[in-house]
Amino acid sequence: MSFDPQQIQDILIIIVAAATPLLLAAIGEVVAERAGVLNLGLEGMMIVGASTGFAFAYMTDSTIVGVIAGILGGVLMSAVFAFLTIGLATNQVAAGLALTIFGRGLANLIGEGFVGLKRSGAPHLYIPGLTDLPLVGRLIFGEDFFVYFAILLTGAVGYWLMRTRAGLTLRAVGENHTSGHSLGVPVRGIRLLAVLFGGACAGLAGCYLSLSYTPFWSPDMTAGRGWIALALVVFASWKPWRALAGAILFGGVAVLALAFQGLGVPIPAQLLNSLPYLTTIIVLVVLSLRDSRGALAPASLGQAFIPDR
Amino acid sequence: MEQANTAIAGEPESPLLAVRGITKRFGSFTANDNITLGLTPGEVHALLGENGAGKSTLVKMLYGLLAPTEGEILWQGASIKLPNPNAARALGIGMVFQHFSLFDNLTVAENIALVMPASDRLQDVPGKIDGISRAYGMGLEPNRPVWSLSAGERQRIEIARCLLQDPKVLILDEPTSVLTPQEAEKLFETLDRLKAEGRALLYISHHLEEVKRLCDRATILRLGKLVGTCDPRVETPRSLAALMVGSQIMEVRAAGAHTLGKDRLVVSDLDAPSPSLHGVSLKHVSLAVKGGEVFGIAGVAGNGQSELFANLSGESLARRPEAIVIDGSPVGALGISDRRALNAGFVPEERNGHAAAPDFTLSENIVLTGHGSDGLTRLGFINGAAAKDQSQKVIAAFDVRKSGADPLARTLSGGNLQKFVVGREILREPALLVINQPTWGVDALAAATIRQALLDLCARGAAVLIISQDLDELFEISDRIAVIHTGELSEALPARGTTREEIGLLMAGMPGGANVAGGSAHAP
Repeated sequence: MSFDPQQIQDILIIIVAAATPLLLAAIGEVVAERAGVLNLGLEGMMIVGASTGFAFAYMTDSTIVGVIAGILGGVLMSAVFAFLTIGLATNQVAAGLALTIFGRGLANLIGEGFVGLKRSGAPHLYIPGLTDLPLVGRLIFGEDFFVYFAILLTGAVGYWLMRTRAGLTLRAVGENHTSGHSLGVPVRGIRLLAVLFGGACAGLAGCYLSLSYTPFWSPDMTAGRGWIALALVVFASWKPWRALAGAILFGGVAVLALAFQGLGVPIPAQLLNSLPYLTTIIVLVVLSLRDSRGALAPASLGQAFIPDR
Repeated sequence: MEQANTAIAGEPESPLLAVRGITKRFGSFTANDNITLGLTPGEVHALLGENGAGKSTLVKMLYGLLAPTEGEILWQGASIKLPNPNAARALGIGMVFQHFSLFDNLTVAENIALVMPASDRLQDVPGKIDGISRAYGMGLEPNRPVWSLSAGERQRIEIARCLLQDPKVLILDEPTSVLTPQEAEKLFETLDRLKAEGRALLYISHHLEEVKRLCDRATILRLGKLVGTCDPRVETPRSLAALMVGSQIMEVRAAGAHTLGKDRLVVSDLDAPSPSLHGVSLKHVSLAVKGGEVFGIAGVAGNGQSELFANLSGESLARRPEAIVIDGSPVGALGISDRRALNAGFVPEERNGHAAAPDFTLSENIVLTGHGSDGLTRLGFINGAAAKDQSQKVIAAFDVRKSGADPLARTLSGGNLQKFVVGREILREPALLVINQPTWGVDALAAATIRQALLDLCARGAAVLIISQDLDELFEISDRIAVIHTGELSEALPARGTTREEIGLLMAGMPGGANVAGGSAHAP
C-alpha cells in the first residue's frame, strides 16, 4: 500500500461518510434511552426514512424535500412505537422488534417504484481556498451538510442533556419515573417527545444513506446499521460525545472490512463485520469494571410507566 | 410547643389548607370516604391510621398526585383544583415522601433543581442549597451523587428541596421510618422550628410516641373513613392505637419463662464481599443463637442486613463452610435446600418477589420453599394435593384472609401475605428460623399475630433470629439485640437493661453504649 496523502484523505472521507448515519441514529437513540425508552426499532425507522426520503426527493427533484419527508417518515414510525409503548405500556423490546420488521416491509413498499433510479448526491460544501487545501481540505471543508449537521447535533444534544433544565428533567425521567411522576414531571409527555426525536434522527440517518452515501434506493440498504447504532449507544455509555468517537471507530471498522475484502486480505469478512459488536462487549466489560457504581444505563430503561390517577 | 392549646377541640377558625367531604375511589374500592380535615398555620397535625387506612391516598390528593372523586380542597377558604404537584407547590404545599422521590445517579443539586421554578438559573442552585443547609444545619454537599448518601442524608435532601420553595404547608409521610433515634431527634428540632415559623405541618407516622412528642392535633383514619380528631398529648400510645385499629390490640406475651438450650446457630468471623456494586460487605460477623432464644439484629436500612440474610439462608455461600454452623453442621458451603433439610427456615424481607412469587398461587408458593425438604415433590413431579393441603393448614393456622380457594399471592393484602409466608415456615416447626423484617408494612393486628407466633415457636425450643429496623419490635420480643452497621455486627446486648439510645448510637456507628453491657454478650 502506498502512502499517497491524497489516498489517506480519501480513506478518511469514506470513514466519515460511514460514521455519519451511525452517529445520527445513535444520537436520537441516546435521547430516547436517556428518557428511559429502549427503541429497538432503529433499523426499521432508518429504512423507512431512506425510502421515503429518496421517493420524495426523486419526485420533487429536491434534496431538502426528501430530507423533510424522510424525517417525517422516521417520526411517524416512532409515533407508532410511542403509541404502543408509552400510550398502551406494552413491552418495549417486543414493540421495537416489531417496528423493525414492519419498517422493512413498509420501506420496500414505498420504494417499490424507485428501484434502479438514480439521483445526484447531496451537494458538498465548497469554500474556495479552504476546500482546496491539501490533505485536510476536502475532509474538513468539503463534506455535505449531513456531516456538519450530525456533528452540530452531537454538541447541541450533549450540552442540552447535561447543562439545561429540560435535559436534566429528561435524564431524571429515565433514572426513576416513579420519583419523576411524584414530583409532577410529565413522564409520558417527555418520553413521547424523546421517542419522536429519536425517530426524526433515525429518519435523517436513513435519508443520508439514500440521498448522499449511495444516492439511490435499494431494498434493505440500511444493512444492519440500525443495530450497529444501537450497539454504539451502549458503547458510548449514553454520552453523545463518546457516540461521536464510537461512530468514527465503528465506521472505520466497516470501511476496513470493505478495503480488506477488496485487497484480498485473508481475514474473513464476517469476522470484520462482527467487530463493532465485539468492541461494544469489550468496552462494556471495561467500563463496568472501572465504574464502581455499576449504573451506566439509565435506571428505568425499558420499563413501562403507568401513572395512577 | 405550649401554644394553641385552646383551639384543639373544635375546628380551628382559619385553616390554611382543608379538605371537605373528600372521597377517592379506585374502581369499586373506596380508599377515602368523605374525609374532612383542616390545617392551621403553626400547628403540627398528625394523620394516623393503619396501613391501608387511606393516609397516603389523602396526602397524594393534597399534593396534586391524585384527583379526588368527590369533595373539595380548600386553600385559605377558597375551593381549588390541584391538577398536578406543580400547582400544589405553586400554592406553597411541599411534600416529603416516605419512599424518597430522589434520583440515585443525579447529584444533590440536580435532584433539587428539578423542582425549582423555571425562573431560577441552574447554576445558582448549589449556592441556594448551601444557604438552606447552613440555616437548618443540614450539612448537604450539592455535588455529591445521591447514591453515595445515607438514608438520613437523603431525607435531608427531600426536606431541603421542600424548604427552598418556602412552603406554607409541609406534608411528611412517615419521615422517621429509616432514621436512627438520634437522626429522628434532629428532624424533630427542624420540625419544631418550622412550626415556630408559622408553617402548617401534616405528619404521618406509625410511631405514636413521636406523635405525642410533636403533634398538636391528630386525625385518625380507619379503612378509608374518618374516625375522629383528638389531642395526642392527652392520649396514650395505647389509646391512640385502639382508635386506629378499632379494637384493643392483644398484648404480645412470651409464653412464660423458658430455659435456653444449646447453640443452634453459630456464625463465626463471617466475611463476605458485597455481591452487588451498590451493596455492603460483611466484616467479621460473629453471633450465636441458642434454642429458645430470640436474637434481634437492629440497624438502619442498607447496612448489610440483606447481605447477612443471604449468607445465612444460603442465597450467598460463605467462603469457609465452618463460618456458619447450624446444629453442629457446618453449612457455609451448602445451598438453601440443604440448609432447609437441616430443619432451618428462612423468611426474606420482600414478601412480593422474594418470599413469594406474586403471580403464583399460594399452594405453588408452598412448593417453592418446600420442594427439597417437605415431601411435596416425587421424582421431580409436584404433588399438588399435598401442596394444597399444606397451604390450607397455613391459612387456617394463621387466619390468612383471602378470596377464592387458592388465590395468586399478589391478590392478598400485605398483612395476610406476610402471615402466610411466616406461617409457611413456622408450621414446618423449624429448629432455626431466620426472618428479615417480619412485620414491615403490616397492620397492627397481623404484626401482633406474627410476633406471638415467633415467641411461641421459640418457647418450643427453636432459635429465632430477627433482622428488623423496628426498634419497638426488637425490644418487644428479643432476648438479646445486636446492631449491624456498615457490615459489622456489634456485641449482643440483653434487651432488658439496654436503652433505645444505646442501640441508636450503635446504629449510627458510634460505639458509645457498647461497653455498658458488653460483658454479657456471651452470657448463657
